[in-house]
Amino acid sequence: MSPVIGIVIEAIIKSALMVFVLATAFAYLTLAERKIAAFVQVRKGPNRVGPWGLMQPAADGIKLLFKEEMVPAGADKVLFFLAPILTMIPAMVIMAVVPIGPDVELFGRSIRLGISDLNVGMLYILSVASVAVYGIVLAGWSSANKYSLLGGLRASAQMISYEIALGLSIIGPIILAGTMSLQGIITAQQQSTWYVLWQPVGALVFFLAGLAEVNRAPFDMPEAEQELTAGYFTEYSGMKFSLFFMGEYIKMVAVCAIATTLFLGGYLGPYVEQLPWLGILYFTIKTTALLFLMIWIRLTLPRLRYDQLMAFGWKVLLPLALANVVVTATATVLLG
Amino acid sequence: MEAVSAAQIIFIVVALLTVATTFLVVTVRNLIHAALWLVATLFGIAVIFVLLDAGFMATVQIVLYIGAIAILIVFAVMLTRRVMQDVGPQSNENWWLGTIVAAVFFAAISTLLWSIRWPALPGAVVGDTVLALGRSLVDPNQYVIPFEVASVMLIIALIGSITLALPGKQSE
Amino acid sequence: MLLQELLRDYLPIAILLFVATGMAFAMVALGHLFGPRRDGKAKLMPYESGMTPIGSAVRRMPVRYYLIAVLFVLFDIEVIFLLPWAVVLRKLGLFGLIEMLVFVTILLVGYIYVWKKGALEWE
Repeated sequence: MSPVIGIVIEAIIKSALMVFVLATAFAYLTLAERKIAAFVQVRKGPNRVGPWGLMQPAADGIKLLFKEEMVPAGADKVLFFLAPILTMIPAMVIMAVVPIGPDVELFGRSIRLGISDLNVGMLYILSVASVAVYGIVLAGWSSANKYSLLGGLRASAQMISYEIALGLSIIGPIILAGTMSLQGIITAQQQSTWYVLWQPVGALVFFLAGLAEVNRAPFDMPEAEQELTAGYFTEYSGMKFSLFFMGEYIKMVAVCAIATTLFLGGYLGPYVEQLPWLGILYFTIKTTALLFLMIWIRLTLPRLRYDQLMAFGWKVLLPLALANVVVTATATVLLG
Repeated sequence: MEAVSAAQIIFIVVALLTVATTFLVVTVRNLIHAALWLVATLFGIAVIFVLLDAGFMATVQIVLYIGAIAILIVFAVMLTRRVMQDVGPQSNENWWLGTIVAAVFFAAISTLLWSIRWPALPGAVVGDTVLALGRSLVDPNQYVIPFEVASVMLIIALIGSITLALPGKQSE
Repeated sequence: MLLQELLRDYLPIAILLFVATGMAFAMVALGHLFGPRRDGKAKLMPYESGMTPIGSAVRRMPVRYYLIAVLFVLFDIEVIFLLPWAVVLRKLGLFGLIEMLVFVTILLVGYIYVWKKGALEWE
């Protein structure tokens, strides 16, 4: 039984670390976004709490903790309570199969830097992503509010529409690597090169579909402040609100981390074979660069109209992704 | 030996929970809640797939059944008019007949399952199941015909759904 | 042997699931614990930018959303079929490629049909 206990203890430690790191990443991502937005708009941004506003996320967290939690009259109380939790869980769990570094030696045993590595890793990511729709549909439905319902419907229709393009865009790397395991895809990139060079279209489709999947600008129609107040979380306040916020930002991190793994070589970089711990650094740098790109896009591009958004998903991204699959497959078979 | 019985305990717990959620699906009044209990049932089945070492089936179960078909059901529920306030009776006067048929069917199935001498699978060395699955899908000696027919079935479903659900031009 | 692989691959994910669930519940519980509650009739009204809400919020949604969900199910099945094929494509060679091109072409016909019928238009 002792190997089982070893697995359990290792998994508990890694899970706790993962949750902690993602929560911290969320906190500082909000600060980074506000700082970058301030820089772009030539103002200072948060600068009162701590040096450069570095304690701002903590202050926000404490503030939200002491805010009143409201449950609107006519709401479905159970679902209203469950919806933010159901948004948060997939955002955390999707990262389970992403390796953030090569295996390292620690305390005399080989430790995988990642929760697990499944032979169906990419399918696991798709499956967790597809479950993420529930929190949003239920939030919209249970709030008994017109804005929420409309926002929830829009968000869910948008997410499922872009999920197909997302699913098709990951097939390119899978064909090239010949495996669905994320570790396997990184190993394959070690032997050839970063897949963004072989799969520029696939990478682009993945990134755009990922943006839509996490409802980020320019695909943030479901939360359009000007017409839907806050969309599906209009009625939420306090910690439940912050769970939605957290879910959204952690999903951003997850999309960037997965994009890094699939197209940017994951943790690969110079000297990573000699110093495995360096992998975490490379992985973090690449993921952060993509996150910066996401924030930059939000600050630069206006929001798409809803009909344009649906048309873009179904009529542009889907055929593009499908063509990419066909071209990649044909090239792989014919050229070897 | 000890580990095997642990797996059996997990299986029994998951199976019982799955059956319990299935019971809730048909008894709960609120349609959205019923749909969500169905999601719980489907998730239980996915866990059972994992216990059978069928990781691919488990993830497909989640992508397709929880992520697509159950979402479709939730959307369909939202299409209906009265979700929360359904007050009609949940059974009619023939409920006892249904019970008897169900009991007989259950007895028949269980005797069948008990009487079969299940062959022991030769070793558990199947290698990577995903590779085997991908091969068998396009192997002419295995599933290539069902596979191609599946695409035709998908087209039929596509046409059917459009005929049913697309708002007609004359209504505008 | 088999069970050990199962434990190694899926048990950590189950544990992460438990930890994440526990944390989400803990956050909501903390909010309930520390947040004040001063309910009022007007306060708990659905928010409609300060107006008194007109009519019920629970309304039937447009059938178009349902259609999108149906299309999603169908194309999602296609993606799932493509995945195991993509894994072995390198080993399958030309024959596997042609099989899949037939599959994709048949579905492409369906896609064009959907487009021409106007199911992807969103007024």
